[in-house]
This record gives sequence, C-alpha cells and structure tokens, in this order.
Amino acid sequence: MIREVAKPQVRNVLRSRWLMCYVAFFFLATEGLLRFTGEDVKTLLSLSNIVIFVVPLMTLVYGTVYLYNSREFIELLLAQPLKRRTVFAGLYLGLAIPLTAAFTAGISLPFIISGIDPTVRVALVTMLTGGSALTLIFTGIAFCVALHFEDKLTGLGAGLAIWLLMALVYDGALLLIVALFSDHSLEKSLLAASLANPIDLVRIALLLQFDISALMGYTGAVFNQFFSGAAGAMVIAAALTLWIGGPFGAGLVAFSRKDL
Amino acid sequence: MIQIRGLRKRYGSLEVLQGIDAQIPVGKVTAIVGPNAAGKTTLIKSILGLTRRDSGSIEIDSVKINGDETYRRKIGYMPQIARFPSNLTGGELLAMLRELRPDVPVIDDELLRNFGLGLELTKKLNDLSGGTKQKINAVAAFLFKPALLILDEPTAGLDPRSSRILKDKIVEEKTAGRTFIITSHVMAELEELADNVIFISEGKVRFSGSIEQIKRLTRQVNLERAVAELMEQGVAA
Repeated sequence: MIREVAKPQVRNVLRSRWLMCYVAFFFLATEGLLRFTGEDVKTLLSLSNIVIFVVPLMTLVYGTVYLYNSREFIELLLAQPLKRRTVFAGLYLGLAIPLTAAFTAGISLPFIISGIDPTVRVALVTMLTGGSALTLIFTGIAFCVALHFEDKLTGLGAGLAIWLLMALVYDGALLLIVALFSDHSLEKSLLAASLANPIDLVRIALLLQFDISALMGYTGAVFNQFFSGAAGAMVIAAALTLWIGGPFGAGLVAFSRKDL
Repeated sequence: MIQIRGLRKRYGSLEVLQGIDAQIPVGKVTAIVGPNAAGKTTLIKSILGLTRRDSGSIEIDSVKINGDETYRRKIGYMPQIARFPSNLTGGELLAMLRELRPDVPVIDDELLRNFGLGLELTKKLNDLSGGTKQKINAVAAFLFKPALLILDEPTAGLDPRSSRILKDKIVEEKTAGRTFIITSHVMAELEELADNVIFISEGKVRFSGSIEQIKRLTRQVNLERAVAELMEQGVAA
C-alpha cells in the first residue's frame, strides 16, 4: 500500500511550480557553469559547493512546509484502513522521489546535452549520489522537525536553524577548536566529527574525486589521511546510509505516536 | 455498535475527555453536540484512531480497537476541512482512495452523479471552490458503502441544493441500515437527521438519549433551544 499512498503524492509534487523552479535552478547553474568555465571538472567542482548548500536548504524548507500543508490530507489517509508506518513511508517517498528526480534531471541534462567528458563520469555520478543522499537525509530531518513542532513558523525556523548549524556553523566551530587546541592531536576526533555531519561527508566524498585537498577543509584533509580510495568511499557510504536511516526511523516513531 | 467506556484524553495540562461513556446504536444517526472546545472532535478522532486515548476503551461490533487498522474498513470519514493535495484532480483523489481499498468491489457514486461533479473531477483541486471540495469530501466518505459514517460538519459550505442532496443520502443510507455519527453547529439540521443526541461539555457526557427525550427534559420546543438550555444549566452549575 506504500506505493498507492506515494504515487499521488509524487504526482502532486511533480506538478508544483516550486519543483519546476528547483529543476530550472540546477539546470541553469550547471549549464551556466559549463559555458562559463568550458570545462567539466571545474563545473563539477563549483557545482559541489552549490549542491551541498542548496539541496539540504531546499529539502528542509519544502519538506517541513509539505508536511504542515498535508495535515488534513494525512488525517484523511489515516482514516483509511492503513497502518501509520505505511502512510509515513508513502509521504516520505512521495516527497523524496520527486525531489531526487528534479535534482538529478537538473544537473545531468546539461551534461548529457553537451556530452560528458569520460574522465569526470565518476565525479558526476558521485555528485548525483551524494545529492540524492542529502535529499533523503534532509527529507527525514524535515519530517522530524514538522512532527515535533505544532506551529508551522516555528518548524520552519527550526529547519533553517538546523541548516545553518550543519552547513555553516559546524565547519567554523571545528576550525575554532583546531585553532584553540593546536598543540593536541585531534585527528581522531575530527574524523568522528566529519562522520557526524552528512553535509561534510558529501563534501569530502566529492572533493576526494578531484584530489584537491586544499579545498577540502580541515575535516576533509584529515579524512583523506585515514581513508583513501575504495575504503574511504565505503566508510562515507556506510555513514550516509546510517544518516538516511536515522531521521527516517525517528520520524516513523514520532508519526506512529502522534495525535492528529 | 460502538461502545465507549471511560475514555480519557489529556493534551498537556488540559484534560479534553474526562471519562466518556457512550453508546452509538446501529442503523441510527447519532449527533454529537456541545459547546466549542467540549471535546467533540477529540472523541471522533479517538474513534478513528487519529488520536491515541490515555485510558478507557472503544469497541466497534464488540471488538476493541487497539491500533490494528483493519476496523477502519468499516468506516467512511468526512473531515471538517476539505484540504487535499492542491495539484491533484478530484478524479485522481477518488482513484487513490479506491486503490487503498481494493477489497471493495462495487463503489457507491450516487452522490457524485447527484452533485453533478463530472466535469469538476478533471480540474485541479486547488482551483475548486470550497463548496465543490466539500462535495468531493462527501463523495469520498460514502464511496465504499461503509457500515459506519463519521461526518464532521457535513453541510458546512454547501449550497441549499447540495445540502439537501447530502441529507437525502444520509436518510437513504440510514434506512439501509448504516450507522452515522454527525457533528454540526446547525441544530435544525441535526433535528431533521438525528435519532439520538450525545451532549458533551467539558469532556464529559452530560446527556445521552433521543431527540424527544432531550426536548422533554429541558421543556423546549426544538433541539436548538434544548441544547442551549443544557448549556445554560452547565454554566449555572
């Protein structure tokens, strides 16, 4: 029954003007960078920074608003002979699928049109996978936020705060800690710290593809020391999988207990 | 058909339901009335399983509801506010609801025809008026010929003709043996439709019985005056 719940949601989101803008944004950014730099590698490098900021932000904002706006419809769904977990999974997929599709289409279309340089194929796939993982992760986080706060504006504010914390404050705070405790060996703690932030993980995964540790930030450089090649990719993939499962599971539990 | 015993529900410091005992008989229309914030919606949502009760029990056909979803096959629900996914059409919404109940072979689309909704079903729900959405809301509740229909302010936003169509349908289905729970602010409408009244105030059942009984008890000529009288007494006490 998850499919039957998700299908109309997917259709509903795909038809929203907002999603069209989301596709257009990635399409124009990619196309513009391709034209401006004339190089696939430079385009992907610049896109990396856009993706790791924009995908979490937009997913959090749209995800929370989506759940708040679906409140009455969720009541109607739960009045049907459906399990709560079925409805939750249907809603989750109903949003995550179109968001992932929009992101993937917006980025890959310009590359397909202009022809992909075979040397960047892996980097492109990594970016699409990383962006999709971020979409899944932040859809789950957005649902948790929307389920926790009754008030829409408070929920939206909390979503933005989480984004600020993970996307901007986190790296700055780590850098500060490193500067303050420069006489201690912090590599292991920093490694743990980078695993604890999905945005950092995807950033590292992407920059490992380009072999430019100068742009990796402190956590990335440390990570590169410990893990390189396939082992690093495996660790990142495992950590991201946990990050997808965590918020989804927490949202599922919250939804099952929620009074609507 | 529905037996509610000692139903309690607390939201934070506010105890919305303070031990509700009520019976809702089969094949009758039972109206739930009471002042604003009396707990009517919470009671309905408890029966639907939308709200988790703190204590007490709800039995439907002698089976206690306990989190298993299958009992809702018997229920058609018309929520008070008809807000659907804005970019879907009415037709797509009804198609989805049908897919969710594949075990119901024949659907009841009499309301759909009587409302004359044919063309409206191809339009996006967002572009429909509140009244038209409410009609689709009503169609959805009756679609699967459920044994129990829970209608929350069913005629709100409907024009007189549509309101009459819906009320005729309620009477017709009641005659066919279906059970109804209805809330409404329009007492005249409840007087027309309902057999029994459950009056709730401050989370407790203050009266439960037939329309005739409530009128006799309060010595009033109609339901509206009778319910108003009960509310007055509640304030005085």
